[in-house]
Amino acid sequence: MTPAQVEVLLQTLIAGILLGGLYALIGLGMTLIMGVMKIINLAHGELMMVAMYIAYWLFVFFHLDPYISVFIAIPVLFLLGVAIQKFLINPVLRVDSILPQNQVILTVGIGMVLSNLATLFFKSDYRSTPVDYATKAWYLSDLWKNSPIELSLSFAWSVSFVIAVAITVLLWFFLAKTDLGKAIRATAQDADAAVLMGVNVGMMRVITFGLGSSLVGAAGCLFIPIYYLYPTLGGQFTLIAFVTTILGGLGSTVGAIIGGVILGIFESITATYIGMGWAPVGRFIVFVAVLIFLPGGVASILKRRRFGR
Amino acid sequence: MKKLISTFILALLIVVPLLGFSSYLMHILIFVIMWAVIGMAWNLLGGYCGQVSFGHAAFFGIGAYTAGILYQKLGMSAWWGLPLSIIVVTFASLIIGFICLRLRGPYFALATLAVGVILRVTAENLVGFTQGDLGIMIRERTWVEKIWYYYIILLIAAVTFYTIRKVIESKLGYYFVAIREDQDAAESLGINTTLYKTVALCLSAAFTGIAGAFYMNYMGYIDPNVVFALHDISIVAIMVVMVGGVATFWGPVIGAIIMVLLAEVIRSIPHLGAAHMTLFGVLLIVIIIFLPNGIAGGLPRIGKRLRMKRVT
Repeated sequence: MTPAQVEVLLQTLIAGILLGGLYALIGLGMTLIMGVMKIINLAHGELMMVAMYIAYWLFVFFHLDPYISVFIAIPVLFLLGVAIQKFLINPVLRVDSILPQNQVILTVGIGMVLSNLATLFFKSDYRSTPVDYATKAWYLSDLWKNSPIELSLSFAWSVSFVIAVAITVLLWFFLAKTDLGKAIRATAQDADAAVLMGVNVGMMRVITFGLGSSLVGAAGCLFIPIYYLYPTLGGQFTLIAFVTTILGGLGSTVGAIIGGVILGIFESITATYIGMGWAPVGRFIVFVAVLIFLPGGVASILKRRRFGR
Repeated sequence: MKKLISTFILALLIVVPLLGFSSYLMHILIFVIMWAVIGMAWNLLGGYCGQVSFGHAAFFGIGAYTAGILYQKLGMSAWWGLPLSIIVVTFASLIIGFICLRLRGPYFALATLAVGVILRVTAENLVGFTQGDLGIMIRERTWVEKIWYYYIILLIAAVTFYTIRKVIESKLGYYFVAIREDQDAAESLGINTTLYKTVALCLSAAFTGIAGAFYMNYMGYIDPNVVFALHDISIVAIMVVMVGGVATFWGPVIGAIIMVLLAEVIRSIPHLGAAHMTLFGVLLIVIIIFLPNGIAGGLPRIGKRLRMKRVT
């Protein structure tokens, strides 16, 4: 490979990893909800869209930096998620119906309402937050004068990535070390046993849905400086979240992180070497390949290693 | 008695257009029947076999593109797409089923959703084959009168209704219901669940594909965002069944009438037009919470409630 080709490859990989960190955050929210409630939240991307609008309007009216809006979007989305779970999903869990997938269809309905309301109120214009650091970047040649190749690292992308990693670490700490986190994990493993151990399972479900929503809300705020915003963007990110969780293994948090990074890299490579329009197809090729060759996702490999030892 | 009802309704539907409806009313009738076909097809897979698909637009779109490409590339009449789409869509559904039917429940639902999106993006990008976003347009209409289209879709609907009824009343139908109720139990009783799920998927896909091929002929224009649409095709197919009645013969028909009329009414109200998705979504939420088995499936419940009120 010529230096130019190496440069393109490395640059693609960097972009992929940065993108993957954000995908991991989106996927984590979905995998948490999936693990605890055993349902797929198809309004996931729409919740992210709501968070992005929050960050956008805060920026427009108060000139609040999107990275500060993260701290506002997280509680707001938490309440939104709690409300959805309490008033819409819980009643459906109680009625018996022919189709067991009613909750999934319900979340589709919620997503439709959210994205259509956004279109009504905010018009379907493409919007973005013109932050002044949007075009700032670090270059390798600044650090290393006579390097043979030139790489750049976008400022906004790397800040988003770092915050995403920080939130992931906090989440891990919460799930692994606190009582509430342990209760949530117990509910995910076996809801009946958790009840016997004195865990308020209904409460855990509500909290988990809120937590999942706030994670994707944080991801939305991190995405807005580097992406653009329109009311129907949700569906695309719901699918990304789903592919990430399938890739990682259903309900596995570590898997979701690895899955997100793999997906980010793969998508970035497709976009560079095949064409921008094909990036979504690349995403789904990963998805189909995982279903055929590795149905348990990355989590199944991790598990095999652990038991093998 | 029940057989007589369906014959009577079919006879009624054959006579109705002779009354001389306006072109607009005929258009709505045609759409109601087309959606009833798609609803019945979805119901076979989703309602009876329990495999909720979010990707019926994939089959609809493949059917429509089969007809469209025949016309565009081979210069044949797009009507040949009707029989040919059965073969193409069945073949495609075998591949899709091979991948997606490994998953259960909500995961299957999402996998089919992904398939729908993959096909849309592929159709957008394969410009040489599908004309991409330009779409395919049939430049000369077969008939100006809508009545012939009406009879063709009515024939398709009658065949669909009859076939699905025969399938459900046969042993196959019981296998489907057994799979829906408990896949593991069904498997332990010696039902080859993979095989029968694939059969249900292929049948359902084939009928949806014919509806798609008909759409191409009737509307005369398709593009990937129209026929592979997630909200306008896949979700509406689910809604038709959910609103009408899951796992009932007449549910999809009732659902199609309600959904098409509702869409027309909402779109004609000036300020509400843009909000039709919100209203659909709210309707879906309300139906799922209060009438989880749809209108036809919930009739006994509604009746009981009314009677109870009368007594007390």
